[in-house]
Amino acid sequence: MNETNLRSLRFRREREASWRHLEALLLQVERRSANSLSDDDMVAFPALYRAALSSLSVARETSLDQALIDYLEALCARAYFFVYGARMTLLGRIEQFFKRDWPAAVLDLWRETLASGLLILAGAIVAYALVTTEPGWYSSFVPEDLAGGRDTSASTESLRETLYTDVDASSALGVFATFLFTHNAQIALFAFALGFAFCVPSALLLAYQGCMLGAMIALFASHGLGYEFTGWIFIHGVTELFAVTLAGAAGLRIGWSIAFPGVLTRVAAAERAGRQGAIVMLGVVVMLFFAGLLEGVARQVITSDVIRWSVAIGTGTAWALYFYSPRGHEAV
Amino acid sequence: MSGAIADPLVRPLITPEGVDLRVKLAAVSERAVALITDLAIIVGILVALLFVVLGVLSAMQIEGGGAAALIVWLLGFFVLRNFYFTLFECGARAATPGKRLMGLRVAARDGGVLSADAVVARNAMRELELYLPVSFLVQRGAEIDAWIILAGIVWCGIFVLFPLFNRDKLRAGDLIAGTWVLRTPKPVLLPDLVEALPTAQTLFAFSAAQLGVYGVKELQVLENVLRVGEANSVEAVAVRIRTKIRWTKRPDEEDVAFLNAYYAALRQHLEHRLLFGRRKLDKHDAN
Repeated sequence: MNETNLRSLRFRREREASWRHLEALLLQVERRSANSLSDDDMVAFPALYRAALSSLSVARETSLDQALIDYLEALCARAYFFVYGARMTLLGRIEQFFKRDWPAAVLDLWRETLASGLLILAGAIVAYALVTTEPGWYSSFVPEDLAGGRDTSASTESLRETLYTDVDASSALGVFATFLFTHNAQIALFAFALGFAFCVPSALLLAYQGCMLGAMIALFASHGLGYEFTGWIFIHGVTELFAVTLAGAAGLRIGWSIAFPGVLTRVAAAERAGRQGAIVMLGVVVMLFFAGLLEGVARQVITSDVIRWSVAIGTGTAWALYFYSPRGHEAV
Repeated sequence: MSGAIADPLVRPLITPEGVDLRVKLAAVSERAVALITDLAIIVGILVALLFVVLGVLSAMQIEGGGAAALIVWLLGFFVLRNFYFTLFECGARAATPGKRLMGLRVAARDGGVLSADAVVARNAMRELELYLPVSFLVQRGAEIDAWIILAGIVWCGIFVLFPLFNRDKLRAGDLIAGTWVLRTPKPVLLPDLVEALPTAQTLFAFSAAQLGVYGVKELQVLENVLRVGEANSVEAVAVRIRTKIRWTKRPDEEDVAFLNAYYAALRQHLEHRLLFGRRKLDKHDAN
């Protein structure tokens, strides 16, 4: 047949090799990484991408081979995401996160942080008052699987024992500790995610966390172990509660932005709050991990109440200084 | 000007070079399959991990396998639940294995760089959209508890079904992260039909009137029929075209050969007109 008559076929034959080259490089990049490209290929990639893009423009206007246009669209889209993808090294991103992004995001959420902190405090005070006057309230605040034997029927001795005994990883208590850690981390994520529903579930969850804490303090205080218990819980609890508070604050900000978007559209407002919230949440995961270390290691090693309290106060001060101490404005 | 048939899932994405990539959103069904695949992988990893730990413990004759198994399960599930999606979506392909399988990827809605923050935000919302409803589903209660659980399921339903009720198929996580999920299938270059199935064009000489009947849309339907090559539709299409263009079938003429020749001739005819800026969209287009 007379092939030269069909321009689109000639067009394809002339350029197909360069598309195939780009396709091969793309496959290599996606299978392994950008670093696996040789220097020559690295230089060639953007040129090949632009060539494919220009082929796509031409093909759309002159070729009626749908399969060819589909191919070029798929090829260009994939290459586009690689060429204009993230260009920051992981290390640089981490440094920027800890130096600027995270503290800035937390500082910006100070109103919500205050509100969510107050919610926890209010929950704690109410639960404390209720359990002190009527111990029967205790079981309504602390579910059985979280109490782990620390309930109103426990003796002073057994309660004291829970504060100072080493946790053996293979024992039932080890399982309990793991459960508590994953449970608390999940609570933090929940407090964030629930904010999406106009703040209310987040606020309830925060207040409930406070209630559990208040009820437990009341229980131990009624046996004269208030000081010891608070030391036991706050050695990691300061970090953990702070993390939950921040997660709740990020959630509240999202709910608030959706309910009262101001000059932005609701979607745009939610998006802005969500991205900022995500930065805070990344940090919250770090804080929870740190809290887990304190809970798993430091609390087992340190059995002195005074040192436990000083660690608690020390970590609290450190976090506050890190987030809220004034720092010079850096060029963005 | 554009001859593209309006597809409700196609969105413009203008590259800095000024070319519209016309990306396609993933269908909800594709995303559901991807999610189920990912969950199956997670459960598979957990079960494998469990067997390894139990195997090692019993090989070393250490007691307390039950507690260790529970710890592995709790911690493993926690880690996978929170990091599996985030880590994969932060990679160069911006997709979990399930999404890769379906040819999907996560992208920023504004066409810019997909940041790690956005990936974290969209996956943190999974708590609300996936794990909370599941935990409501497995709860059992009587009387008032049952009603609370039912209310919880209904309330969660709003978030679970969120992607079905907006134009861009966003789930709540996509909404707050400023992302969406696109189809980026592996590019596969199919052979050009004219080249793949050459026919003796001298046998088939079509007049300009015969070629002027159809437009681009019909050409693409014909292309599709030829690529699939299903015998019944090939025959039916051949009969229709012959009737429409008043072509008398020769006794030894095969349907496929006729369609190939007509496809090549029609494409050349239409492409030739394209060069003069006249795109005949379909058979009703007077252009």
